[in-house]
Amino acid sequence: MKISPQAKEKIAFLVLGIATCLVLIPVFVIIFILMEKGAQAISWEFLTAKPRMGMRAGGIFPAIVGTVYLVLGTVTAALPLGLFAAIYLVEYAKGNWLTRMVEVAIVNLAGVPSVVYGLFGMGLFVIFMKLGTSILAGSLTLAIMILPVIITASREALSTVPQSFREVSRALGVSKWQTIWHVVLPNAISGILTGTILGVSRAAGETAPILFTAAAFYLPKLPQSIFDQCMALPYHLYVLSTQVPNVNPKIQYGTALVLVGLVFFTNLVAIIIRARFRARKQW
Amino acid sequence: MNKIDIRNFNLYYGNFQALINVNLSIEKRMVTALIGPSGCGKSTLLRSLNRMNDLIEGVKVSGEVKIDDRNIYENGLDLIQLRKKVGMVFQRPNPFPLSIFDNIAYGPRLHGISKKIRLQAEVEHALERVHLWDDLKDRLNRYALNLSLEQQQRLCIARLLAVTPDVVLMDEPCSALDPVSTAKVEELIYELKKHYTIVIVTHNMQQAARVSDKTGVMLLGELIEYGETADIFTKPADKRTEDYITGRFG
Repeated sequence: MKISPQAKEKIAFLVLGIATCLVLIPVFVIIFILMEKGAQAISWEFLTAKPRMGMRAGGIFPAIVGTVYLVLGTVTAALPLGLFAAIYLVEYAKGNWLTRMVEVAIVNLAGVPSVVYGLFGMGLFVIFMKLGTSILAGSLTLAIMILPVIITASREALSTVPQSFREVSRALGVSKWQTIWHVVLPNAISGILTGTILGVSRAAGETAPILFTAAAFYLPKLPQSIFDQCMALPYHLYVLSTQVPNVNPKIQYGTALVLVGLVFFTNLVAIIIRARFRARKQW
Repeated sequence: MNKIDIRNFNLYYGNFQALINVNLSIEKRMVTALIGPSGCGKSTLLRSLNRMNDLIEGVKVSGEVKIDDRNIYENGLDLIQLRKKVGMVFQRPNPFPLSIFDNIAYGPRLHGISKKIRLQAEVEHALERVHLWDDLKDRLNRYALNLSLEQQQRLCIARLLAVTPDVVLMDEPCSALDPVSTAKVEELIYELKKHYTIVIVTHNMQQAARVSDKTGVMLLGELIEYGETADIFTKPADKRTEDYITGRFG
C-alpha cells in the first residue's frame, strides 16, 4: 500500500502532537489530584501550626520553616561556589585536560542518584566534619547536589554575553577581572539567577539527601541555629505516608500540595525574572 | 616626529606567520591608513599596537613596537596603561547595553573617577569632541542601543576619548555605516587628528585616500609599500600596489 506524502504529513503531525500532549498529562493529573484531595486540608491553621496528636492533626508549619531554612542555606553555599567555578571555566580555563576533567566531573555529578548524595553528605559533613545532623550539613549536601545545575546554567549565561563587550572593555584599559565584574556578570545575571532558582526548587523537593543529614521525624520546637536539626516538607510527607498509621489522607495530600505549590512558586519567580531581563536585553 | 616605531616585527598564530618583518614609522598627529586585501594582516598589525592580540591563545611575536620610545612588548609592561594610551574603535559599533552616560563614564569610572561632577564633565567633553553633545545632552539617560548606527559609532569613539588616549586605532570604523554616515565619521576622523595620532584600517581605498596623510599597503603579511597617501594612489612604486589599487586583485 502506498501512502501519499500528504497523508504521511498528517500522520507525522498527529504523532508529534500526541507526544507533546502526553508531556502535559502527568503535570495536570498531579495538580488535579492534589487539588481535589488536598485543597480541603489547607487552612490558616494547617500552614501556621505545629503537628499535634502524633502528626495526625494540626499543621505543618515546622516543616515549611525547615524547608525554607534548608533552601536558603543551599543557595548561600551553592551560588558563590557554582558561579565562581563557571566564571573560571568560561573566562580563564584553557582547553586542556584539567578543564575536560572538570567538565566530565560536572556531567557525572549531575547523574549521581540523590540517595548517594545523602550518604555522601552523612559521611563527609555529619560524621567526618562533625557537623551532626543539622541544617548546615543538609544545606551543604543539597548544595553539592545542585552545583551542576548552577554551573551549567551560569556557563551558558556567561558564554552568551557577546565577546565584543569583553574586547571593548579590555581595549579601554580595563582589567580582565573588572571586565568580568562590570560587563560580563551584569549581562549574564538573568541566566545565572534562573539556573540557580531552578536548582533550588529541585533542592526544596528532595528527600533522600536530607534523610541522613538534616531532617527530623518530629521536633517540639523550631530550629534555633544552623546546627540544629529541622523538619522538612518532603521528609514530613514521607513520614506521614509511611511511618505514621491512620493519618487522614487529607493531611497527606495537603502536605504534598504545599510542597508542590512551593516548588511551582519558586519556578514561577525564575520565569518572571527571566522574562523581565529578556524584555530589557536588546543585543 | 614619530609616535610609533615598528621594527622587524613578526607575529605568529601558532605555526602561521601573520606578519612578516614589518617596519613602519607612524607620525604624531597624523592619520595613517593601512590598506590591503582581506587576510593581509592589516587588522593584526593594528591590534599589535595595543596588544589586543594577547587575548588570542597561541600568539607569538618577535621584533619591537616602540610607542613614545618605549617597546610595548618588553617584559613587565603595564597593559592597562598601554591600552589607556592606545585606544581602539571596532568595526561594528559596540556600545554596552547601558545608558549613553554610563557608556562614556565606563572607562573613567573604572580608572578611578567617582565624583559625579567630574564624570559629567568628562562625558560632556567626550561627547563634544564627537559632535554628539548638542544632540544628546538632554537624553543622556537613554539607552545607547536605541541610537542610530552612526551615533553609536560616534558614541564608541567618545567612550574611548573619555579615557584620554594619545593614539586611536580604528579597525574599519565605517564598514557598518551607510555612505552619508561614513562621510560624517570621516570628517570626524580628520578633525580628531588635531589631538590624536590615528591609525585606521580600511577596505575602502577611497576612504584611505580621503582621510589619511600616510598609507601603508599590506599583502600576505608584509608591508609592501608605505608613503604619502597622495603618492601611493598616484604613482605607486611597487607593481603589486598598483595592481591592488587599480582593482586587479583583492
